[in-house]
Amino acid sequence: MSTYLKITDLHKTFYPHGQPLKVLDGINLEVEKGEIFGIIGFSGAGKSTLARCINRLETSDSGSIELGGTDILKLSKKELLKERHRIGMIFQNFNLFDSMTVYQNIAYPLEVSGFPKSKIKERVQETAELVGLTEKLKAHPGALSGGQKQRVGIARAIVTNPDFIISDEATSALDPQTTMQILDLLKEINAKSGITILMITHELDAIRYICNRMAVLEEGKITESGLVRDIFENPNSKTGELFARVFKLLQNVELTHGSGI
Amino acid sequence: MSLLDSSLWDVIVASFSPEIWKDLLGPIGETLYMTSISSLITLVLGLIIGILLTISNPDGLVPLKVSYTVSGWVINALRSLPQMIMIILMIPVARLIFGKSYGTNACIIAIAASCIPMYARIVESSLLEIEKGKIEAAKAIGSTNISIIFRILLPETLPSLIRGFTVSVITVLSMTALAGMFGAGGIGDIAVRYGYQRFQHDRLFACVYILIILVQLIQGIGNLVSKQILKTRNLV
Ligand SMILES: Nc1ncnc2c1ncn2[C@@H]1O[C@H](COP(=O)(O)OP(=O)(O)OP(=O)(O)O)[C@@H](O)[C@H]1O
Ligand SMILES: [Mg+2]
Repeated sequence: MSTYLKITDLHKTFYPHGQPLKVLDGINLEVEKGEIFGIIGFSGAGKSTLARCINRLETSDSGSIELGGTDILKLSKKELLKERHRIGMIFQNFNLFDSMTVYQNIAYPLEVSGFPKSKIKERVQETAELVGLTEKLKAHPGALSGGQKQRVGIARAIVTNPDFIISDEATSALDPQTTMQILDLLKEINAKSGITILMITHELDAIRYICNRMAVLEEGKITESGLVRDIFENPNSKTGELFARVFKLLQNVELTHGSGI
Repeated sequence: MSLLDSSLWDVIVASFSPEIWKDLLGPIGETLYMTSISSLITLVLGLIIGILLTISNPDGLVPLKVSYTVSGWVINALRSLPQMIMIILMIPVARLIFGKSYGTNACIIAIAASCIPMYARIVESSLLEIEKGKIEAAKAIGSTNISIIFRILLPETLPSLIRGFTVSVITVLSMTALAGMFGAGGIGDIAVRYGYQRFQHDRLFACVYILIILVQLIQGIGNLVSKQILKTRNLV
């Protein structure tokens, strides 16, 4: 295993209403090639900001981000566009394009990345098949369920065959059953293509279900990171402890009601 | 027939007489001509300016604070001029371009000058309505700004742009009627010449019917088209 994403001493301060707000306060993080790495944290911890710094939707103040050997923060604008074709992103609100059909949504990244025109159709169909949307290619996103929408989101993120996916709360708007299906899909894609996935979430179950390693983000700092199992059993940070406690509590509730997962 | 010497009912009956409507065919044509040309100019330039405003917005794709502020002032200044004053102001401009200061084409310039800033603002507010997440997604995919504008921003807000354009066409239409007072011809010209100067109220009424029908028609078409698009997208 080799390191695929390496974030070093990343800082980001916002100035809402002129007052400084330190959102990322010296982030250090390493994600291995081909793994699904979880980042957990409470609302406002800076998870989305961290995710958005990686593909430079947000500017960082200082630090470095190395992705597959590329120094992201040093790329020119033109190089950045190219680099973004190699980074897929999935969103909580799906952010699909309503004016396009499912087919067009999936084809769009291929078109803007200069994929050979003659091969677009084949690639879209291949991807639609992988995410289970073959029947829906002609529909508009408006006609889909949440789970189906996220499948389009995932298809759109992986259609260009990227090496890396950022998933920012991809399952947070979905019901538990759909969440499982989407997580299974991500797991399957990861297993098939060896794509590296950064899973940002505040859902413990999600992390426990598909991640091997994880980090806890707390007030702009990574307060602990390591194997998911270790952190759940022996948390060393406030957030980790709280999450672990809530998790155990829920497990007990489920046990007493006799309905484990 | 005038309301001064005839009853309202008689004037209404007279307003439907064939001879009145025969005389109105030409003016209707002129009004439609002025309205469509001015609307077309308004559409094209209003869209361009509206797009530029939106992307130069401090939170836009290409933030240009100075240019955004200055163009904002210019647009507000133009919009603060009443339509009639705009027509009077544009008479010398029209003389420069067409060599005569009035007539249908001259008024088209005045109408466009007045309606372009309005439609530009409508376009801007329509474009700003787009969910930020869609732009984010397009950026994350690695779209160029041109792709974002033409493949995401405009198509996603199309129904709203169409509704805004409908409002603008109706404003253009009402302004053509006003321009009639300044020699632009059309329905407004008939209304002023016969209805106001010669007290031929039956002709005035006929003009009113036409304007009402035209406005209903324009609004109806606008609503229908934008609704149809929303339907295709399963958004209603
Ligand atoms: N553009 C911005 N300007 C000012 N403040 C911002 C901006 N973006 C985020 N913030 C602030 O930064 C902090 C972290 O936000 P962020 O969205 O990264 O949190 P998060 O961990 O993703 O939370 P959630 O779980 O609710 O999505 C919040 O306090 C937020 O208000
Ligand atoms: Mg977030």
